Amino acid sequence: MKKYIAVFCVVLSLLISCTDEVENTTVTLNFTHNWDGVPVTNKDFNKFKFTNANGEEISINRLRYVISNVSLINTTNHFLIDLGENTGMSIPVSNIETGTFDLKFTFGFKDSENKDGIYQDLNSANFNVPGMLGGGYHFMQFDGKYIDTDNEEANFNYHAIRAVNRENPDELVFQDTSFEVNLGKVNINNNQIEIQMNIAEWFKNPNLWNLNELNTVLMPNFEAQKLMSANGKSVFSLRE
Amino acid sequence: MKKIIFLLAFSFLVSCTSKEEEIYTPISYNLKVPSLFADKLIAPIIPSNNLLTEEGVALGKKLFFDTLLSGDETQSCASCHNPENAFTDNQQFSDGVTGDFGNRNSMPLFNLAWNFDERFTWDGKNFSLELQAFEPVTNPVEMNANWDEVVQRLQNHKEYPILFQQAFGTLKIDSVLVSKALAQFERTLISGNSKFDKFLKGEATLTPEEQNGFDVFMDEARGDCFHCHGSNNNPLWTDNKFHNNGLDATFTDIGLGAVTGDPADNGKFKSPSLRNLIFTAPYMHDGRFTTLEEVITHYSEGLQQSATVDPLMKKVKQGGVNLTAKDKADLKAFLVTLSDFNFIEKSRFLE
Repeated sequence: MKKYIAVFCVVLSLLISCTDEVENTTVTLNFTHNWDGVPVTNKDFNKFKFTNANGEEISINRLRYVISNVSLINTTNHFLIDLGENTGMSIPVSNIETGTFDLKFTFGFKDSENKDGIYQDLNSANFNVPGMLGGGYHFMQFDGKYIDTDNEEANFNYHAIRAVNRENPDELVFQDTSFEVNLGKVNINNNQIEIQMNIAEWFKNPNLWNLNELNTVLMPNFEAQKLMSANGKSVFSLRE
Repeated sequence: MKKIIFLLAFSFLVSCTSKEEEIYTPISYNLKVPSLFADKLIAPIIPSNNLLTEEGVALGKKLFFDTLLSGDETQSCASCHNPENAFTDNQQFSDGVTGDFGNRNSMPLFNLAWNFDERFTWDGKNFSLELQAFEPVTNPVEMNANWDEVVQRLQNHKEYPILFQQAFGTLKIDSVLVSKALAQFERTLISGNSKFDKFLKGEATLTPEEQNGFDVFMDEARGDCFHCHGSNNNPLWTDNKFHNNGLDATFTDIGLGAVTGDPADNGKFKSPSLRNLIFTAPYMHDGRFTTLEEVITHYSEGLQQSATVDPLMKKVKQGGVNLTAKDKADLKAFLVTLSDFNFIEKSRFLE
């Protein structure tokens, strides 16, 4: 009997020690924004203080976007980040293992998760895409003003959604314009990770954006959505 | 001996009364949330320090319709927030008890628990429904009363003390509890049974005109109303945010800007819900438009440029998106489908 008890104690202590080896921690993902390296907060909104790569002076009035499938979180997830209202800018991820992991997320929603009306938080935030464009959700609402070729203020609505070709309204053709942002390996150990969005990149790389040509009513513009998606792939980076 | 018996009986009665006060528990109010709201939206905002109870809501309703809350006891909340008009009135500006007029159109009251940012009134000056209910009582161009006097009237009333005791566990009335009761009642004003709601639930069909009107509403190249005014997925039909919708090139009323002190907010006012428009004319924060046709024409060809006009107001230089006559008429037809006759009918019997 004593022998069994001894064996049981050894097994139990092994189990306990195994459990102890897995250390869980918390990490916070902080989203910051800049214009080619110059920090941008909502205090910089509503002022013509930026110039895009095409030479147009710009004022930002609204900037909010969705990311989903953050790799450090095991469950399906999405987050609305609103620079104008300064909400959603920090994403705490708790109860994860310490160590080095890949940090990835999806900008917007991939097609399989971009279902119409299913996210109550985004419906409540009025972030939907009309059914005539296939439904689902905006990936980004970036609204502002620019100085046009007549030297007057004009509006732009740089709204990113899943690209849809409506040439035949009865037979919509979609292209998934969400994209994966892979920020590489990060060390997780009760720390803060800063993810930067360079807003200027939306206008320059690889497609030089001319706001005098592409300014409003871009949601139903199939080609414009593909250009936005291509430009978006270089906007995020890790702050080293 | 008689004296002792009297004292014993008296102390027994006192202990019974205070025990009753202590143990009375108001009954939790079951807010009837429309199925579309439950499906599509996050939970309504019910503050933890003012949970809805049957007694609190009933008290708030009684107070809402009671002229005791105004300076000369001639006006109640319902004077400017008439149930038959979806809890607004049909005047451009409402006259207060002194006969003076305000400079804002009375806002309709419904679905207020779904104002997730909790900024109330046209300019968002009241952060919480309780504060919104608190303010008009002393506003000189509204009820023009003094809270001390109002509280004293209620305290001296034959029914109110016991109603407050049942709702809040105290016989002592104060302005905070009055505001809480009013806010509880207002949170129960829910409109979610329009023709369009029924359409979304498969219980009604739209005419071709109404369907085209909805398409205009949702089409970024035509109405583009959905960016600020909800959609089939946001049955509030408002974003509850503040926008300059291009009414004026210069402002006589700077709206949100006066509250925040930020010039970038000048000329911004809350997007009102588009529910119940046929009951709530005139329109806009200053009630300048008497018909829906005028409203639609404003967005179509009447936009005014200004420093703070919202970028969602497209083609400002051209006055707007220039809808066709048919699209305008159909847009109106769709908007009318957001009218909730059932809400008006039920509200009519509230008093």
